[in-house]
Amino acid sequence: MFDRAMIGKEYPTFTLDVEKGRIRQFAQAIGDDNPLWRDPEIAKSQGFPSIPAPPTFGFTLAMDANQPFLVLEDMAIDKRKSMHGEQIFTYHAPILAGDTITGRQKIVDMFDKKGGALQFIVTETRLSNQRGEAVADLRTVIVVRNG
Amino acid sequence: MTQTLRFNDLNVGDSLPNLAKPAISRLQLALFAGASGDHNPIHVDEEAAKAGGLPGCIAHGMLTMAFLGQLLTDVVPSHRIRSFSGRFTSMAFPGDSITCQGKVAAKTEEAGEKIVMLELAALNQKGEVLMAGTASLALD
Repeated sequence: MFDRAMIGKEYPTFTLDVEKGRIRQFAQAIGDDNPLWRDPEIAKSQGFPSIPAPPTFGFTLAMDANQPFLVLEDMAIDKRKSMHGEQIFTYHAPILAGDTITGRQKIVDMFDKKGGALQFIVTETRLSNQRGEAVADLRTVIVVRNG
Repeated sequence: MTQTLRFNDLNVGDSLPNLAKPAISRLQLALFAGASGDHNPIHVDEEAAKAGGLPGCIAHGMLTMAFLGQLLTDVVPSHRIRSFSGRFTSMAFPGDSITCQGKVAAKTEEAGEKIVMLELAALNQKGEVLMAGTASLALD
């Protein structure tokens, strides 16, 4: 149900640990052989206290916490009719191996185009580390096809 | 290995070195499903993809965005990236070869930092744009 009253709704906080092995696995899956994602000494030489996460890794944390599907399930939207339309990352500090990241997703906008044939849901998730420092903001646009 | 871009060495219109990724394999989609936490069967299960109205398995959109991320981190350490966005415009399929491109769109100063704005695109082997995006980098 596409109910604009849901704009402003916040979902429960989620918390995840960032594991060194998961970062390496992510880099391997995308075919990125940069030693920064694997070698703590290289990371230190570039000014990171431990291995940093690649730029889109924050979305993986949101996926692990089932955040994108949470919204669809909440609105009873058929997953097969939904698409990831746009993804925006704003970075404040590195996400590092060993961090514990906390996030909270909020619906910030809902609108439609083409007379309702396409509906858009925009969510924002702020990710913070174990010191309470904001590390990244994720803005996700989900597109839903009707009919 | 990361080389470091410098603000004064870049001009509007300059291009980053293209990143030509090897063809997407089904193994890569299986590995990315696990690594990214996106277990949607349409990326790994042909029958599930067809049941969803697709011609077959499609690549994760976030795989294409991760390729664009590599385009950036091949030339700057990741903590130089201030923002990174992408719009999904077309689907990638197993066997597609994606090339990532970046071009300097603007140079500005924000909050005391020297910022280079990039326009990004990920194209398949037919030259179709799969993702169009932007990034801002804080450079010395």
